[in-house]
Amino acid sequence: MNSATVISSEICYHCGEDCTSETVHFDDKPFCCTGCKAAYQILDESGLCSYYDLDVNPGINLKNTKHRTRFDYLEDEEVISRISDFWDANKLSLTLYIPNIHCTSCVWLLENLQKLDSGVLQSSVNFLKRELSLLIDTEQTTLRDVVEQLVTIGYEPEIRFDKLDSQTQKSHQNRSLWLKMGVAGFAFGNIMLFSFPDYLDTTGSGLGGNFHIFFGAMNIILALPVLLYSSSDYLKSAFAALSQRGVNLDVPISIGIMALFGRSVYEIVTMTGTGYMDSFTGLIFFLLIGKLVQQKTFHRLSFDRDYRSYLPIAVNVLNESGDEYSVSLDKLEPNQQMRLRNQELVPCDAILLSEEVFMDYSFITGESEPVAVKKGERIFAGGRLTGNSALLRTEEKVANSYLTKLWNHETFQNNDKELKLTTFADRISPYFTVVVLGIAFFSGLYWLQTAGMEPALSVFTAVLIIACPCALALSTPFTLGSALNVLSLNGLFVKNHLLIENLSKATSIVFDKTGTLTESDSAEVIFFGDNLSAQEQTQVKSACQNSIHPLSRKVANYLTTVIARGSMNEVNKPRGNLPEMTTEHGQGDCFVDIKSSPNLTFEAPRKDDPVLLSNSEIPGKGIFAKMKGTKIHLGSRSFLIEKGDIHPENIPDANFNGSTVHLSINGQYRGFFGIKSRIRNGIPGLLHSIKEKFNTYLLSGDNDAQKSEFKNYLGTNGSLLFNKKPEEKLEFITQLQEKGEQVVMVGDGLNDAGALKKSDFGIALADDISSFAPACDAILEGNSLSKLHDFIDFSKASMKIIIASFVLSLLYNTIGLGFAITGHLSPLVAAILMPLSSISVMVFTFVTTRYFARKRGLMIWK
Amino acid sequence: MLIGFSLLVALIFLGLFFWAVKTGQFDDQHTPSMRVLFDDKKSTSKKSINNQKNQDE
Repeated sequence: MNSATVISSEICYHCGEDCTSETVHFDDKPFCCTGCKAAYQILDESGLCSYYDLDVNPGINLKNTKHRTRFDYLEDEEVISRISDFWDANKLSLTLYIPNIHCTSCVWLLENLQKLDSGVLQSSVNFLKRELSLLIDTEQTTLRDVVEQLVTIGYEPEIRFDKLDSQTQKSHQNRSLWLKMGVAGFAFGNIMLFSFPDYLDTTGSGLGGNFHIFFGAMNIILALPVLLYSSSDYLKSAFAALSQRGVNLDVPISIGIMALFGRSVYEIVTMTGTGYMDSFTGLIFFLLIGKLVQQKTFHRLSFDRDYRSYLPIAVNVLNESGDEYSVSLDKLEPNQQMRLRNQELVPCDAILLSEEVFMDYSFITGESEPVAVKKGERIFAGGRLTGNSALLRTEEKVANSYLTKLWNHETFQNNDKELKLTTFADRISPYFTVVVLGIAFFSGLYWLQTAGMEPALSVFTAVLIIACPCALALSTPFTLGSALNVLSLNGLFVKNHLLIENLSKATSIVFDKTGTLTESDSAEVIFFGDNLSAQEQTQVKSACQNSIHPLSRKVANYLTTVIARGSMNEVNKPRGNLPEMTTEHGQGDCFVDIKSSPNLTFEAPRKDDPVLLSNSEIPGKGIFAKMKGTKIHLGSRSFLIEKGDIHPENIPDANFNGSTVHLSINGQYRGFFGIKSRIRNGIPGLLHSIKEKFNTYLLSGDNDAQKSEFKNYLGTNGSLLFNKKPEEKLEFITQLQEKGEQVVMVGDGLNDAGALKKSDFGIALADDISSFAPACDAILEGNSLSKLHDFIDFSKASMKIIIASFVLSLLYNTIGLGFAITGHLSPLVAAILMPLSSISVMVFTFVTTRYFARKRGLMIWK
Repeated sequence: MLIGFSLLVALIFLGLFFWAVKTGQFDDQHTPSMRVLFDDKKSTSKKSINNQKNQDE
């Protein structure tokens, strides 16, 4: 194994990351970390290297997976049987959700899993759903082995609490729509064929009379399944609406359908004409295409997640003799002892049995700073443990915990927000129906007086036929479907196309702070003060790198990067003497003020560090490190005054928006590290343009440390609210709505879940759209937040397009009515007019949505 | 006679369409388009072809 470590700027062969700090070489290929190298080795040994041929650097970066999830619970037979689709003697079939699936290579590798583990009998990927279906021979391998194998090559499946007993329901409702469309298309094509002689030959001379009867009979036989099967949804919906004394768009459509079919059968049976069966089947065919467009959803995204998809599926519990075993969450009882490790979630309210831990509640409450919890204190469900492993005693069952209480709020009980959604078409359909029936009735009456019963009936039905709002019914799904595509290309994934209307009506926009306007897992570190030599940088780094305190870890991370960069080339130097940079951390690694630091146990210093003679940390104050000839004090201002013997006058007031860590070396004050959560790119610009047109609010669960900063962007004082509990956020949205505002809420955490649900359009922000997001109406990619204003403008334009396409389709209806009232509606005219109107509406909506999207600077092609 | 035959052919196609839908061929319309690019060769070759085809979003 010829692996060597050098510093370079190569690109990792496995994952395509820049190899910043150290590069591992293997087989003449650079890797950014040992994880990537290991994955390559596994694939190389199994002859699976075409993984790298299908896509460039397809691998998943394995650098940041420090804490490996434990899969003990996958040996528990009960858990296995509850998450699998099918399990008998030695065959196990199950479906895993793997968010990391992202390219052709992923599909190829996962479908060749049997080369890695011969116990895998069958594996197939559904790319859009990010799902892997497995069939495993349990005599040759275990589920746990397979899952751990997946983790080492970078495809960690997400197995959450809600997977228990949720038999993967294969969606079959979509299939029936395909079948209905198939039947309609089949009948449409064949009837067109049979009707063709009639189009060309209106006199009927060239055709034998028998053929006429035969074609007529065939038309009826072909049209019957279309009426009974394909159009059943429309007829049922219209009937349901009428029986509730309402009128939706399906009512005039159904009237049109019935009129078309009835008239055609009448004409064929009485041999007075050829009927409109071609128009009838074509109409249903186009309507069903519209419905299929409407059904397009984003399979890989879940919009209706609750706390159960946030929690793990099982937890490690200790029995009386102290042995650990895993228990699925719903079996977890009060008064059990459980052990949690770094970065694991607390599944239910519990009492801490260990001395002291840090809990990161940022996702639950929006607080950006982890909280120190002492022995005997209560820990709330949903918190993420940071630091050493801890022992806890459960207090409540999972279903009775604090976290779950929010979901018992009434907002989560009713789902009427979506039921209330009506299209513009539905709203005008009562008037439409009345007008059409009126015209049909009066023109029928006119013909009755002038020409008698026969032509009167014919005109009456002709009006009903031609006024059938087929194009009208298509305009909404096609416009919004097209808008949905444009938005998703730009990073906004809307749950349901009808919700776009809610977005277009927005009057108020409410933002969450932590994780929404600021980046949750990335902090900005700037050093203010005198130049630090390379040696001093290394010394300070080694002084703080053993601390698990979030602030010192950020400083250490920052210095590591500075040292790595500094030795390569001189980086440009802003304000401080050290280059500005951003430290990236794993999820949940938020920063705390140094005041809440715990007493820490240190690991032995690493060999390549400067010799640490002694290193002590005063909880909540700072670190004192003694090295050969050097003493370093690092911590709060008061710590340096008390312990570092620095005169208060020598320490300048840190005029900084965020946390500060002061540094003195050998009794000399050297400056401070300023650390603050970073505001996302483009946010100031967005807030500036949005506050001009909308009422803009900041609603944060965090403290008001950054208040003055956001005040600059937002202007008025009243729109900044801090220290809000989840319930208060929800209440705030309700108050706005009571004032008649249409509220768009942008948030990211579970603490925003209530507000997102209550608002008219709740947007969950996610840096990784496949990761957990609370229940919402749309998921927005983190870096697309700056385009929010364009999205709203575009949704407004879409609503105008719908109205324009309505006018277009009404134009066709009017032309058709002209033919109908004058008694000239031949089957040929109907057969041309109906598909023409549908197709032109489709083309019109497609072209105009793309045009308006482009005008707003949104991407329209991939 | 030919009309009946043409209808029969059309019915066979309709039946095939039903079979295709029922066996789930319309459930996932994206993954098969990626699968078609895979070769069956047992590749251990070290050459890396910059195959950008069908690169997804």
